[in-house]
Amino acid sequence: MAGVRPRVRVPKEAAKGEVVEIKTLISHQMESGQRRDSKGEIIPRQIINTFTCTFNGDEVFSADWHGAISANPYMQFFMTAEESGTFEFTWKDDDGSVYTETAELTVN
Amino acid sequence: MAQVRLTTRTVPVTRREILRFAGIGLIAAAAVPLAPGRASATADDVSAIVAERFGGAEPKEGRIDLVLPEIAENGNTVPVSVRIDSPMTTNDYVKSVSIFAEGNPLPEVATFRFTPRSGVAEASTRMRLAGTQNVVAVAQMSDGSVYMAKKEVKVTIGGCGG
Repeated sequence: MAGVRPRVRVPKEAAKGEVVEIKTLISHQMESGQRRDSKGEIIPRQIINTFTCTFNGDEVFSADWHGAISANPYMQFFMTAEESGTFEFTWKDDDGSVYTETAELTVN
Repeated sequence: MAQVRLTTRTVPVTRREILRFAGIGLIAAAAVPLAPGRASATADDVSAIVAERFGGAEPKEGRIDLVLPEIAENGNTVPVSVRIDSPMTTNDYVKSVSIFAEGNPLPEVATFRFTPRSGVAEASTRMRLAGTQNVVAVAQMSDGSVYMAKKEVKVTIGGCGG
């Protein structure tokens, strides 16, 4: 789907062992497959069905989303900061599209 | 400006993905009676999914803090948070939490998978609720035990289209 824009908020720095909060938001209509158009036909489902967050390649958190997740899906979760590195966030769309975003974290 | 990469998948299919896909098939099969046309799921539908997914393990009470508004004015975007009491070490952590809406056309809302790296087993998102109903959270621990919590949300304007 075109025009999908991921946004991520993570701290730039953290102390070793600190639990950091991660917030993500991605613009997407999340068409549930339950709605009908003006002709009474069901509008086919098109949602982001999977979200994954890795840090330096290791999975931190992932989620399966169903049609009941609101438009512009928001996800908040946590990670223990052990070493500096890169977060990679991946969203997978029903239509096969994959949206990605990265963020850096420096651990002091 | 965030960078968006649009790609189609070309990596080989792994065993895990095949299993996951098979799982989706099972869920889809289970969901057939709930397909559009039927008004809503029921508590029994949620119990059936839970029993199937967790191998019949009897869900216990406790450990889950399910945070929901008492009254949601707009059913299109209802905040939901789960927090599970767990040390989150490599030997003892929360593997997953699934959220179900008993009164939605399709009861499954989301599944969150944690790792020991998560630090705390806490996650928040926003969901659609078709009307006033119970929301259920089911957590699976690394030792296989299963916990469940349930809470009612009163919805002023339902959020499942129509």
